[in-house]
Order: sequence, then C-alpha cells, then structure tokens
Amino acid sequence: MLERFFFFLLALLAIATAVGVVANRNPVRSALLLVLNFISLAMLYFTLSAQFLGVLQVIVYAGAIMVLFLFVIMLLNLGSPEAVAQERELRRPLAWLIAVGLFALLVSQVFLIISPSTPMAEPEVGTARAIGLALFTQWAFPMLIVAVLLTVGVIGSILLARRRVA
Amino acid sequence: MVYDYVPIALLMGIALVIAAVMVGGSWLLGPRRPTPAKQSPYECGMTPVGSARERFPIHFYLTAMLFIIFDVEVAFLYPFFVVLRELPPETRAFALGVVGVFTFLLVIGFVYEWKKGALEWEDPVEHRRLKPEPQPAPAGEQP
Repeated sequence: MLERFFFFLLALLAIATAVGVVANRNPVRSALLLVLNFISLAMLYFTLSAQFLGVLQVIVYAGAIMVLFLFVIMLLNLGSPEAVAQERELRRPLAWLIAVGLFALLVSQVFLIISPSTPMAEPEVGTARAIGLALFTQWAFPMLIVAVLLTVGVIGSILLARRRVA
Repeated sequence: MVYDYVPIALLMGIALVIAAVMVGGSWLLGPRRPTPAKQSPYECGMTPVGSARERFPIHFYLTAMLFIIFDVEVAFLYPFFVVLRELPPETRAFALGVVGVFTFLLVIGFVYEWKKGALEWEDPVEHRRLKPEPQPAPAGEQP
C-alpha cells in the first residue's frame, strides 16, 4: 500500500518534471527540471530494489551529466531567455504525427506488458553485490571494452578542446 | 521494503528542520537596518550588471568531461570491492586481473591527460600577462 503510494508520487513527479523540461522556454530551467526528473527516476529505481542503480543515477546523471548540460548551455551563449524563446509551432503536422505515433507506440507496449499477474522486480537485482557478481564473472570482457571506451573519451575530449597551435 | 528507508527519511527531516530553524531564527530575531550599500550584491568592487549568460572558457567543459569519465570509472569499481571477499578464489584472481587491466587502461588515459597539460589551468588573460608578445625592449630599461 505504502509502496504503491510512493510509486504514484514518484511517477507523478517524474512526469511533471519531464513536461516541465519540454515546456519551459528557458534552457537553464529546463536543465534544472531535468535534474529533478533524474532524481525522481533514481528513487523509482530504489523502489524496484535496484539501490545501486539509483545511487549511480544520482551520482552520474543528476550530478555529472547535468553539469555538462549546463556547461553546454553556457558554452553555446544562447543570450537572454527572450532571445531563446522558441516559437511554439504547434500546428506543424509532422511534429504532431511523430509525437502521437510515439505516444501510441509506448502506450500500446505498456498495455501489452501489463498482464493479470503484475510482474514484480526480483529482490536484490540491482544491488552493488548482484551487479558485482555479474560484472566480474560473466561480463568481464565487456567491462574491459568499457575501459577502452572511457580512455578513448579522455583522449578525444582533450583533442577536441585543446588550443589550436599554429 | 519502504520501511528500510525510514532512517534516511528521518535524517532528511531533521536536516530540513535544522536548516529551517537556522534561517527562520535569524530572519525572526536578527535586526535589519538596510542601507543601499548593504543591499547591493557586492559592497565593493564592480556592479554586477548584465546577462548572467556569459560564454565560458572551454576549459570548464573539458574539466567536467574528464571528471565524468573518471567518475564512471569509480562507479565500475564500487561493485568490485563489495563482492571481492565473496568470490571463490579462482574467480577472485580473475576479477582482480580484470580490475587491474581496467584500471591500467584508465591510468593510460590519465597519464595522457596529465602530459598534455589538460589539467593545467591556462587562463587566457593570465597567459597573455605572463607571456607577452615579443616586443623590442625600450632603451635604458635593462634589468
């Protein structure tokens, strides 16, 4: 009962902040609302007994990735909020078509998944222990690929941001 | 279970109450005699006027990006330290090797970053001041 209450609270928060991200005209406010959205998603992970994923969601997404988003907004020098204010071209048929189609697809999938016996999250599926056991037995090689990918990220970001000499 | 998080909720509640008491208490009890100088954002120095949306040097961005990469690396290491003692011995050696290679690859990135000077803070203005354009030295000012 209490779990259900928290689920609906968090789902409502996530939807409200997501709508806010899209509807807000000020990009910095959108980014801050996205932080709230990530945090509510992290709490949803907690309710699905995936504590480690929830903590990572806060550390990596709400913390680090959103800092990058804000820096990008600043880097692009978007000017005053009035200058950024996009026209709300609600009458664009293509935009409507894609939005409605995507929504229909998602809703139909949700209704396909929901069955009389509501699937429950397996206990402890997302704890640091479960992830560690899987990561260092079955998924060791992909983890090394991730290390290569991260190293490529380091080198690539330095190459892109370095001062052009001559 | 939701009830496992009651201590955390309690902690957050106590933190909120303490913060509210501190801010509200000073608001209620503190004397307020405003003057124009006190109400300005900085009592001395330049008046901060203009858009807050300045262009930032790319170095902030680079630092944040490098931070994220090593943040993710550490995130991969947390589960290792949680499960290390539970693994059977032969798997433990294997996991240790995997983490060793993982860390080694990222140390390569770190050394590259260090040697390239990506961690040095090279402020453009400061840079110009420290290394001026080569100019003909005025006569009679030989140190």
